Amino acid sequence: MNLLIIFISALLINNFVLSYFLGICPFLGVSNKLSSAVSMGMAVTFVMTITAVVTWPIYHLILVPYHLEFLEIVSFILVIAALVQFVEMFIRKTSESLYEALGIYLPLITTNCAILGFALIAVLKNYTYLETIVFGVAAGLGFTLALVIMAGIREELDFADVPESLKGPGITLLVAGILALSFMGFAGLIK
Amino acid sequence: MSVLIISIITLGALALLFAVILAIADIKLRVEVDPKIEEIDGILPQANCGGCGYPGCKNYATAIVNKGEDINKCAPGGQEITDLIAKIMGLEATATEKVVARVHCRGTEEAAKRKGVYEGVKTCRAVALVGSGDKLCDWGCLGYGDCEEECPFDAITMTDEGLPYVDEEKCTGCGICVDVCPKDILELHPIDENIMIFCRSQDPPKQSRAVCKNACIACNICVRKCPTGALEMGNNLVEVVEPEKFTEECYGGIDKCPTGAINFVHPEKIKRENKTVEIIIKKKE
Repeated sequence: MNLLIIFISALLINNFVLSYFLGICPFLGVSNKLSSAVSMGMAVTFVMTITAVVTWPIYHLILVPYHLEFLEIVSFILVIAALVQFVEMFIRKTSESLYEALGIYLPLITTNCAILGFALIAVLKNYTYLETIVFGVAAGLGFTLALVIMAGIREELDFADVPESLKGPGITLLVAGILALSFMGFAGLIK
Repeated sequence: MSVLIISIITLGALALLFAVILAIADIKLRVEVDPKIEEIDGILPQANCGGCGYPGCKNYATAIVNKGEDINKCAPGGQEITDLIAKIMGLEATATEKVVARVHCRGTEEAAKRKGVYEGVKTCRAVALVGSGDKLCDWGCLGYGDCEEECPFDAITMTDEGLPYVDEEKCTGCGICVDVCPKDILELHPIDENIMIFCRSQDPPKQSRAVCKNACIACNICVRKCPTGALEMGNNLVEVVEPEKFTEECYGGIDKCPTGAINFVHPEKIKRENKTVEIIIKKKE
């Protein structure tokens, strides 16, 4: 039950993009095509899950016993950077076109604050190993959800009659704001 | 002190672990890329300035190899880098025929008089705005050297006669001077093309003759002497229609040109018996 609550909470209520405002850069950058939004979301979810798998043992089995908690940010960044490198190589090997579509945003997952934020929040909330992994998957899926909704709206926006002055980033930011507002409706889902 | 040592060991060990994993992954997941891309990427300054229109040097290198992007877009690298890239892309560079900019005017300071004394901004583009220039001939070279200024390869120098001289060795055929010239005096031609019309004037013959000694006066002699159809009379100006059709006969007509408006670019390259034609534009000493 506790795992389900964590899952729903990270996916909808405390959605990383729309309520924590983490990972806004790819949220705005890769959300103009549905297909690349899905792949980006998957890549981030993958990195987040592996980050959860790796950072928990590093924190609880290495840093805590040696009283090196102050190293958490440095070591987490190390983990994330290495993982992103790995994912980049993997995607490039498996799908060159996906690699092209994600472009600069793929290496930028390294500096995607959603991932570092997730790792730090998981430590802050004192989750168990299993909880951390569920939290990671849910956070990644929440990021994907936000990205996909945004991409769907933006694909429709291409056919909409947007006022001249709002075209491009203007209308995108407005949509993002309204989307975040609507996600606040989930706040009452879990008491 | 011990905390410091433990921190260093812990982080060092972690970093080493990831380094090993990544090294293995690099070997297992390596993607074969065109070695030219790597080579060009190696030459580029790695400033990732974006001046070429690509996000980074690597992207530019990929675009050169895969999409045939121009090789002269790296501003920080300059001419040196362009030459090196040309060497790497070598085969393709020689496969395309070299084109060079050529000057379609012989209106030297002596031959084509000016309307008066111009005192404004000394660039062709500015002068051209004032009553279409300060030369009596509305079509001719203004001689303020915008092409010399803009040429990124220093291939153009203004001669004492007030006309641009194009160093065909240095000219890369980038076409910047063609765009810059307000009078369309410069035009890109294949370097092998040896016969050219050194005039742009479409004024009636009388008018042309009055304003410039070297203008085409549409006398038609060159067209008549050339039955192969290489030349055609246009709007008061002879035109080279099919340069590959020039024959020995046509050369005779070209020699007969009363003003020299049609002439050889490199007279020495034409194989003929006991005929010499003076070189048209001499390089500035």
